[in-house]
Amino acid sequence: MTINQLMFVLFSVMIIVFSILTVTSRKILRAAVFLLFVLVSTAGLYFMLNYQFLAAVQLTLYAGGIVVLIIFSILLTSQIDQKFEPVGWKKSLFSALGVISGAFLSIITILDYSFSATTEAAKEVDMHLIGKSLISPGNDGYVLPFEVISILLLAAMVGAIVIAKKGSPGKSESQSLTQ
Amino acid sequence: MNTGIPLQYFLILATIMFFVGVYGFLTRRNLITILMSVELILNSVNINFLTFNRYLFPHKLEGLFFSLFVIAVAASEAAVAIAIIINIYRRFTTINVEDVNMMKF
Repeated sequence: MTINQLMFVLFSVMIIVFSILTVTSRKILRAAVFLLFVLVSTAGLYFMLNYQFLAAVQLTLYAGGIVVLIIFSILLTSQIDQKFEPVGWKKSLFSALGVISGAFLSIITILDYSFSATTEAAKEVDMHLIGKSLISPGNDGYVLPFEVISILLLAAMVGAIVIAKKGSPGKSESQSLTQ
Repeated sequence: MNTGIPLQYFLILATIMFFVGVYGFLTRRNLITILMSVELILNSVNINFLTFNRYLFPHKLEGLFFSLFVIAVAASEAAVAIAIIINIYRRFTTINVEDVNMMKF
């Protein structure tokens, strides 16, 4: 067993165990921490696939941004020492049945399909190439989705502020707009 | 690039992660835990994109950029969803989906 395979086994066991714990843990703050472990091991998988830039993005944006945001909102809205009620056996049984049959079908299909790789030489993915591709309008450029995503991020920022903002007491925001 | 690991192993791992996320989405009753299940689902899709990019089309960059944009969309989705959750908490003092039924007809 090479070191690569050992790392893959380690990361996949971590991902599977912690994602199951994320969706079954009855304490909400623990679920968030397990989600953080899943995301960090996914970044490890990206390193194994040799996509260093995306692994760094995963670590900073998911682990550093989204999980912190989720933990903040947990602290704002939940009693953290309170346990969830256990899921009813009927609901968990039927969900598990559906999920396991779906996973089974997908895995059968994956194992059955013969993937054919191209013979062209692999491209070295460095920051220079990524930066050039993100703003080039040419054949291998992605300037249109880049601009669209920047507008989406701006809209999400404005929308999040407007939704979460506290309205003035006694008079809500929509009423003051219509008057 | 040869990592010594077949392509199928990555895909099976992503499949398991996806369906665990779906299970959480179906059984959880707290809005924040539902959001965490959605993050799991999006993350497993990212693994698929990158694996296909690396193993089948290593001379292109489509998978890399698609997963970059998926991460951006997931970030903005989480921000807006948490804003909505905080607003719901302010109105109902709970974020349990079964108790938030004002718009139910």
